[in-house]
Amino acid sequence: MPPYVVRVKGCAMAEAIRCDVGDWVEVEYVLLSAADRAAGIPEDTAAQPLRAWVKGFALAPGMIGDEVSVETMSGRIVRGHLSDIEPGYTHTFGAPSVEIVSIGRDLRARVAAYRSRDGE
Amino acid sequence: MTGRYEQVMARKGEIMKRALGMDYAQFERSPIAFDYEAMMFSHGYTLEQIRSIQRSAGVGLTPLLELRNITDLVRSYAEPGRGARIFVKDEAANMAGSFKDRRASMSIHVAMQNGFAGVIAATSGNYGAAVASQAARAGLKCIICQETFDSRHIGQPEIVEKSRICEAFGAEVVQMTVGPELFFHMLELLEETGYLSASLYSPFGVSGIESLGAELAEEMIALTGAPPTHVVVTHAGGGNTTGTARGLERVGAYDTVVVSASVDLSGLHMASDTDFNRKSFTTGHTGFGVPFATWPDRADVPRNAARSLRYMDRYLTVTQGEVFYVTEALSKLEGLERGPSGNTAMAAALSLARELPSDATVVVQETEYTGAGKHHWSQLAFARAQGIEVRAGDPAESVPGKSIVIPERPEQIRAHDVDLIRLRRSYIRNALNHAPEGYSTTPEDVIFLAEDTNTTPSAVEEVIAELRAV
Repeated sequence: MPPYVVRVKGCAMAEAIRCDVGDWVEVEYVLLSAADRAAGIPEDTAAQPLRAWVKGFALAPGMIGDEVSVETMSGRIVRGHLSDIEPGYTHTFGAPSVEIVSIGRDLRARVAAYRSRDGE
Repeated sequence: MTGRYEQVMARKGEIMKRALGMDYAQFERSPIAFDYEAMMFSHGYTLEQIRSIQRSAGVGLTPLLELRNITDLVRSYAEPGRGARIFVKDEAANMAGSFKDRRASMSIHVAMQNGFAGVIAATSGNYGAAVASQAARAGLKCIICQETFDSRHIGQPEIVEKSRICEAFGAEVVQMTVGPELFFHMLELLEETGYLSASLYSPFGVSGIESLGAELAEEMIALTGAPPTHVVVTHAGGGNTTGTARGLERVGAYDTVVVSASVDLSGLHMASDTDFNRKSFTTGHTGFGVPFATWPDRADVPRNAARSLRYMDRYLTVTQGEVFYVTEALSKLEGLERGPSGNTAMAAALSLARELPSDATVVVQETEYTGAGKHHWSQLAFARAQGIEVRAGDPAESVPGKSIVIPERPEQIRAHDVDLIRLRRSYIRNALNHAPEGYSTTPEDVIFLAEDTNTTPSAVEEVIAELRAV
């Protein structure tokens, strides 16, 4: 079983790992084992199972890694291993890249120089 | 022994027939030819009806902006008398943040008309957000199948953001690891739910983009007195090129040159687990653009309504670094902060405008929303974390999957022409290969292939003779 993010609901740094019925959670499941994958796909992909994650409301209490069923937003019942409780998003803008930061300054200067040359 | 994958794929025909709400068999003419225009008009919506459906869905009528600062920047280094006026259609102003709302509004309309309870689409791009948003307005259920992670459970920030926005609009998002079996799972879900397959490549979806081509031509006539001389279209699966070009034709803009543009990702395999996170663009790139141009019927419908070779007059490629540079330039010079993928055509337009006379007009026909993850800063940070070399220099030196080279000066932005003769030949080879063993092409097939590749029957016959001789 893959390592799961260990987290308690509403508390990002804690160690408890249990969800209750009705909690918004994420489950992970295998759609195709490596042996069952489509023919003709690249070797690195073929060596891995096809895995999936979906979010929904927990239908039973469970610990991270336990098999639980969820009811998804479309109303489907999906069974998988509990992989996250109150799953959020952490993607960011990141820091500006050093190659990017001077572009605005340089191009504004070029446009201004072009316009003064053209007598605008 | 037959596995679950083979069992589901064996039922593909019957599942799709129900899920698409139409039977494509009626348009087939031979193992090679089909009646494209009959298929396109099978949904029966005129341009006015499409516009009316979209207006009530809150889609379209986005601003057309002239980019005077970008134009002057290009003129500052173009040869005297060169440097076309550059305009952009700000499609990010659509509700879900891209031109894909136009496609999605039509899919949702068809779902409602036919009494479907929900829709399913397989997409890692803006189309998912568009379908989820339109489904929310219509009160329909929505499932988006998304290729999100590599086998380490690491996801491109751009795709993770797309998961977030689909879920924000109330869609169920099935996030998957890399692999073409995404389609297999979509079939399973279509069978389980009975929902409509809101394919990107349906006739109604692609016709939804015709309003974009028509709008921009009319707006340019109002602004400059004539349709644009050139329209640059970010190209992946072909719908954007096809729909825009058809829309231009619908309002009589026959002379407008249609230029498709993709990010060059040559050398990267789109189904490879290791290559998956070595690219900074998840759409608008040659990994979709070339295979879909040369074999459109690889799509999730029996016959793809998006047939880009019919409509593209030129096909340009740009590098990842050039698009990131132009994304930053657009933000700093024009006050228009937009997502990088949608700026692929913008990067190509800067290169194109430099070659053209100063009285030419170039319209970049889309932008897309930006935000955390879907932003050139986060994309570059992610690329670095994946071991990609990011540096300033001559973008011509970049190697997809190994390096991203950010130009040091705008003069270094140089789009490259893809050889359309080679693409047409490749398309014809694919069409012949998909016909049964020993099948001989008929005169009707030759005419179809000529139309489908925007060339002449004699040119098609020459290619067929060459391929048969090999």
